[in-house]
Amino acid sequence: MLALGASFMAVSCSKNEPTAAKPQSGLTMRAYGERSPFEKTQRGARESTKSIGVGSSRTPLQDLYGTITPSSLHFERHHAGVPVIEPAAHRLVIHGLVEQAVSFTMEDLRRFPSVTRPHFIECSGNGGGELAGNAGADASRSHGLLSNSEWTGVKLSTVLEAAKVKADAKWVIAEGADACRMARSIPMAKAMEDSLLVYAQNGEALRPEQGYPLRLLLPGWEGNASIKWLHRLHVAAEAAMTNQETAHYTDLHPDGKATIFSFEMEASSVITRPSGGQKLAGAGFHEVSGLAWSGRGKVAKVEVSFDGGANWKEAVLDGPVLPKAAVRFRIPWQWDGQPTLIASRCIDETGYVQPTRDEILAARGPNSQYHYNGVKRWSVKADGSVTSV
Amino acid sequence: MFSAILVVMVLAQTPMGKPVSAEELRALDITVFPDGKGLPAGKGTAAQGATIYKAKCAECHNEKGEGRDQQYPRLVGGVGSLTTAKPMKTVGSYWPYATTVWDTIYRAMPYETPRTLKPDEVYAVTALLLHWNGVIGENDELNEKTLPKVKMPNRDGFVPDARPHQKLKKSK
Repeated sequence: MLALGASFMAVSCSKNEPTAAKPQSGLTMRAYGERSPFEKTQRGARESTKSIGVGSSRTPLQDLYGTITPSSLHFERHHAGVPVIEPAAHRLVIHGLVEQAVSFTMEDLRRFPSVTRPHFIECSGNGGGELAGNAGADASRSHGLLSNSEWTGVKLSTVLEAAKVKADAKWVIAEGADACRMARSIPMAKAMEDSLLVYAQNGEALRPEQGYPLRLLLPGWEGNASIKWLHRLHVAAEAAMTNQETAHYTDLHPDGKATIFSFEMEASSVITRPSGGQKLAGAGFHEVSGLAWSGRGKVAKVEVSFDGGANWKEAVLDGPVLPKAAVRFRIPWQWDGQPTLIASRCIDETGYVQPTRDEILAARGPNSQYHYNGVKRWSVKADGSVTSV
Repeated sequence: MFSAILVVMVLAQTPMGKPVSAEELRALDITVFPDGKGLPAGKGTAAQGATIYKAKCAECHNEKGEGRDQQYPRLVGGVGSLTTAKPMKTVGSYWPYATTVWDTIYRAMPYETPRTLKPDEVYAVTALLLHWNGVIGENDELNEKTLPKVKMPNRDGFVPDARPHQKLKKSK
């Protein structure tokens, strides 16, 4: 293979040859690959304040294929910037209601039996603009706080068992090593069910923006609770009622009460092709495709409507369909060239049906801000342009 | 049976971690619970907090905790607004626990230099914010005993997750 590459490179280009006949020697190899220079899709980033490091960036779902989000395009949400952590110096300390406070090195954690699983992470603020009536112009702006990766790590239950958790332990307070020491209280049942301590993403070490060298991953739960740059687990009998789980990430209802510890991200979906900002070349055959996911388990079915939600047709799910992981759905469409409202809805294995925005408004009002999962509609105009509704 | 033996064998070979001393833990463990567990000894009043606030907080949160440039959160006011069309969520109108105020200031503030305030300074700034929100008096002292006893205006404003808003045919 190397010899072949070398022989290609040895071919020289002569200036005066016509283009068609010019030997195409191509570029050389690279130690760490980059995408084609012709590919330009990128995250849309937004700094929340003038203080550097507070903000979010969104995955350009409308430009992606399949289900895995390239690590370079995983959405971000940071509250005090991305810390630089040397893995050899990093420790995970487990203390509180355990027999003895212990610390683990990254090497220790990699010695535990590993698991590799695809899971989505979705910020519970995803779609907040849709609820508020500021619909995103494209799929990135409407649903881009969702990404889906293959994660590798060790089951949190394995490590907690090694640390000998006491019987009266009910919560695990997870803390990151970022500047603001972001912390969330996690119910022990979730910690023992399917939570992971993750050190790899899509086959290589976690990216700094996703928590390098170690993060918590709570499959199907709001992204904020999957603490990045994890350095401390405080096992306790009660929740800490941290800033993030009280002042933020709680859903205010019209009666003035707010729901707290709303962890599961309910079934949702979005059509990514055709979607806002794209343009169909003309009437005729088009494949409609998008992503669906549920924090309660597997996606059972995705339906697509071509009349704004009055009638629904079942789409094909590209397997494998795995719990708490994004699924690609597809359905063929013969477009007659007339203005059309397209929409998708996800039904998960519990029978939960993705609701409309009106149903969510009726259930918890316009100021609940988080955990929005309403049906997303796109408007296809007669000229083929697609806009948000 | 075989798999059970295998699991035991695997666990016997996995690292059990290195013990962490109480002293190491003291430097690392900053968790504060609503009942006050984890709060260090210290004390402060709103009057004392005013000087610290002016020097270390006002640049972003403004002179009286009103926030700034629609970016830096408002800390004061909003009581009674939660049921209106434009709810204003602040320390005074929304936060259920006074311990969370202390914890947030200690753990994450000032933004550029977190965990540089001493416990007395954090008690003092917490007292100032609670005073501005009408929760305590200007000269009321907050310390590790009195802080958890403060009842925030929205203490009873939180209820458990009410979802799903529809009947499921089975629980996952």
